[in-house]
Amino acid sequence: MTKKPRYVDETKCTGCTTCVEYCPVQYPDKFNQDISLNKAIHIYFSQAIPLVSYIDESCRYLKDKTCTICEAVCQNDAIDFSQQPEKRKINVGAIILSSGFEPFDPKLRADYGYGIYENVLTSMDYERLLSSTGPYEGEVLRISDKKQPKKIAWIQCVGSRQVLPGGNSYCSAVCCTYTQKQVILTMDHLTETECTVFHNDIRSYGKDFERFYERSEQLPGVRFIRSYVSIGKEDPVTKNVSIRYSTMDDGVKEEEFEMVVLSIGLNPPADAQAIADKYGIELSKHNFCQLNPENPMETSQPGIFVAGAFQGPIDIPESVFSASGAGSLCGELLSYRRGNLSREIVYPPEKDLSREEPRVGVFVCHCGANIGRIVNVPEVVEYCKTLPGVVHAQENLFACATNSAKEITDTIREKNLNRVVVAACSPRTLETLFRNTIREAGINQYYLDMANIREHNSWVHPKEKEAATVKAEDIIRMSVARARRLEPLQEFDLPVNKAALVIGGGIAGMNSAISIAKQGHEVYLVEKEEDLGGLARKIHTTLEGLDVQDYLEKLTKQVYRHPLIHVYTGTTVTDADGYVGNFVTSVESTRRGHIKIKHGATILATGAEVSVPDEYLYGEDERVMTHLELEEQIYADNEKIAEAQSLVMIQCVGCRNEDRDYCSRVCCSESIKNALKLKEINPEMDIYILFRDIRTYGLKEDYYREAADKNIRFIRYEQQDPPQVEPGESDEDGRPVLKVTLPDYVLEKKLELDADIVALAAAVVPAAETERIAKLFKVTLSPDGFFKEAHVKLRPVEFATEGVYLCGLAHYPKFISETISQAYGAAGRALTLLSHETVTASGAVCEVDEDKCLSCGACISACNYGAIEFHETAKGRKATVNPVLCKGDGLCNTKCPTGAIQLKHFTDAELLSQIDALVREEESVEAVAALAANA
Amino acid sequence: MIGGCRLHECNYTTQGNFHALNMALLMRKILGHIGLNPERLKIDFMSGSEGNVYVDVVNEFTSKIKELGPLGQSEGLVGKDLELKLKAVTNLVPYIRLVLNERLRVHFDTREEYEDFYSSEGLNRLFGELIIDKIAVSEIMLILRESPLTTGEMSKVLGLTPSEISRHLNSTARHGLVRFEDNKWRLAIA
Repeated sequence: MTKKPRYVDETKCTGCTTCVEYCPVQYPDKFNQDISLNKAIHIYFSQAIPLVSYIDESCRYLKDKTCTICEAVCQNDAIDFSQQPEKRKINVGAIILSSGFEPFDPKLRADYGYGIYENVLTSMDYERLLSSTGPYEGEVLRISDKKQPKKIAWIQCVGSRQVLPGGNSYCSAVCCTYTQKQVILTMDHLTETECTVFHNDIRSYGKDFERFYERSEQLPGVRFIRSYVSIGKEDPVTKNVSIRYSTMDDGVKEEEFEMVVLSIGLNPPADAQAIADKYGIELSKHNFCQLNPENPMETSQPGIFVAGAFQGPIDIPESVFSASGAGSLCGELLSYRRGNLSREIVYPPEKDLSREEPRVGVFVCHCGANIGRIVNVPEVVEYCKTLPGVVHAQENLFACATNSAKEITDTIREKNLNRVVVAACSPRTLETLFRNTIREAGINQYYLDMANIREHNSWVHPKEKEAATVKAEDIIRMSVARARRLEPLQEFDLPVNKAALVIGGGIAGMNSAISIAKQGHEVYLVEKEEDLGGLARKIHTTLEGLDVQDYLEKLTKQVYRHPLIHVYTGTTVTDADGYVGNFVTSVESTRRGHIKIKHGATILATGAEVSVPDEYLYGEDERVMTHLELEEQIYADNEKIAEAQSLVMIQCVGCRNEDRDYCSRVCCSESIKNALKLKEINPEMDIYILFRDIRTYGLKEDYYREAADKNIRFIRYEQQDPPQVEPGESDEDGRPVLKVTLPDYVLEKKLELDADIVALAAAVVPAAETERIAKLFKVTLSPDGFFKEAHVKLRPVEFATEGVYLCGLAHYPKFISETISQAYGAAGRALTLLSHETVTASGAVCEVDEDKCLSCGACISACNYGAIEFHETAKGRKATVNPVLCKGDGLCNTKCPTGAIQLKHFTDAELLSQIDALVREEESVEAVAALAANA
Repeated sequence: MIGGCRLHECNYTTQGNFHALNMALLMRKILGHIGLNPERLKIDFMSGSEGNVYVDVVNEFTSKIKELGPLGQSEGLVGKDLELKLKAVTNLVPYIRLVLNERLRVHFDTREEYEDFYSSEGLNRLFGELIIDKIAVSEIMLILRESPLTTGEMSKVLGLTPSEISRHLNSTARHGLVRFEDNKWRLAIA
């Protein structure tokens, strides 16, 4: 590997950016899409790791040695022009390729006017405009005149779904939803602005995407127009851009917009071919990585894996679980060396400070410019010094930077601080880091309080600098008040049981089980049916041609043959107890009776079902069937199907409606797969697919085009005007048929189709057991009844409940390849837990003051985690908390009549002192005086 | 003002927002009873991504509170009277929690159903039996703690009829909480 020279010594640079200020070279800022300027020396972006500067090729010294200003101004002597490219050799056992994608370049197609008209942007440009670290600091302004646009248009499918030179035939899979996000964010920024989206099919196929689409569509001033468009001309004076589009009612229209955003697609990495040559892997015809259909993280080269958008155009959740899955595959190869390179962090012994008077230190962070630009930090620091209990206050450029952390630890020691307030960002992001920082100084980690003056203040009040400064003082004063009452708390370690339990023996569960077992852990695989395989047993092939039954057979054999996998078929879960690292689950097996399984991790892969339609004569007429039943009949060589003259498929049956407000994701591809197969069997067959939006996202788009090329007819219908199906006779030959009628929007008349067979794309719905399983394992469900992951984008295979993971259709409808990817992802996350010897329980849990406890039991019935029980004491029955099970939600605190149960770290005394400090002392004196005057 | 995630969209298994709604509606009822405008307590639900909703709700509430003015002012409840009422209710918090736990532990699916419940006849009766009397007793105990008073004097201070006062006194005397002072027809803390 070659490491490029940064010309800055990473170990010395503090990220203070003084050099950036003094650098004389102005250069287009690449990270901000060249819209604004940066300097030759700069930090690439505000969350870069490491957060230190580097010098790029625009530097004068590097060009002709004419300038060394940065060297002169750097207080830390961090500039080093003598750096050379550094060659390094690393021995590894596996490689993951996660080189991402390249945004489509619309300059390749002059007709978009990109690079010619100033107010035509790409979605990447626009994304930077929306960002608070963007070229205009989060203000959406036109490039031409820096004014807020009042009318913005988005054009979808730029570079995607186009078989034109320079375009990509595939769908980029993410643009519909990112555009909706941009529309929503725009309406937050500029409430008066009109947003118009010109689109083809709306592909909101992902979890919660349909609701998201509806939300953006219903915003006032937002229009979604289904039309191809062409960019007209730019007005030479206003620099507005006109767009021509067609409408159903008024024909072709031309409309002027103040800004046009091109929703550009995802290209393979620019150097895909070079990557392929270097690693000896094959590429697909679109130049993405060629994937093993049975394992989408595997390339054609053993030991080299692929994660993220180099697999093809995919969204964040799929990217995350492919990454975790690729990690698990590496683990299969390398688990015997796990932990060889890790080092244990040893903290200095903790000082007992519980009897000392509080000595609070306040560290006020500039967060670069995030806070400092709005809040007058030096003034706030001076104010903090006047607060009771505060013995030290200072500012930090980035309190989270390594050098700042060291400064905080040193200051704690020097000034004998015993409480620390960090006034910076949300504790969600960095609380753990600062807790470790103060531990380094030998004080208890719970002696930290974070005052959020960024998300709660500078980010939301960018225009009210003075008021924001006062508010920062208020927030910190409250934080100091709480900090003074904080108590030291202890966390403790519990051993981890090394086995895993996988519930559900479909493709998801089996793959998870195999990957975990291959890394040396015992796996209990529980399946309620007598056979493994789940819903996949009804699927014969994938759209791409994988023989699913053959694959299932191989997979099942692998599961049964692995010595560490214990398979329990015909088995249901009856009870679940325990907690992360130490679960005890009771199962009931038809053959083996009642069994208790002890395990450290749980994977829920309970699958989904196909809904039973209650419309279109389903169940009344045998010629009406679901798409899966059609597939079964095709492979059963049913002659009635093969010889049908005409077949009609109806999409979105039982979903994308009020009852089920989601898209089942797989049905468009399922129908097209069946249609292509039928055309192969009987090329004469007339096949109609009645759809609302065709959602063959990503690389599946090619099959949609193939279907259209093979004369499979696609007819769009609207939700409020669905097709009607009734028995009748063919007008041509009098044969009994099903008459399918629907409006034809192009010809503006009723369309009547004769069908020998009607196939319904029935919704994929959560399995009947989902709700019961969710209750047993104390996990939550999404509004649509599927399991709810901890974070829809960033933690897609984990539950909020620790030690419990999910994958497969129980999470949301998805394709087999996506299921396999997620199954390995879940295995990877489970391994992270199972590979540790212990888990740590938080110190912020509830505790009962037995003297105050009335034994009313209100806390016990309020607790959702079964963490509170009665126990006998000398003074009678009292409530007691199991700290391992307690999640610290504090619900019991609100139920206890006497305040006997308190959540440590959030006690009434701590919270009330914080609230009392909300009002400044001088203000509260005034208020009391006013009250007295009233009396 | 209390904010929370939308009902049914709790991130955890606790669904604590339903509990919060129940408690907030009871507190609004109590505020109304002691003569404070219930609009001074607001509970609303929104998701993390609905910054605009949050801003609207906060702005709306702020202007409402500005319109109502300092606590008690627009309601004509000020000074010692206001203090007495608040103290009487604060002292009852443990009891109110018991009532919530034991008698008002209801669960509905929608906010409307909760609101219907809190404006229903049945709830009003229960509220009268369980809460109103206790607040009156709590107030009586507080004013008697300052100085012994006759029934007539108490009725003036508390705005209750003498017969209501006697009813409460009977029950409190039975529990040994108050006593008659030296045959002067005045009552004092026992």
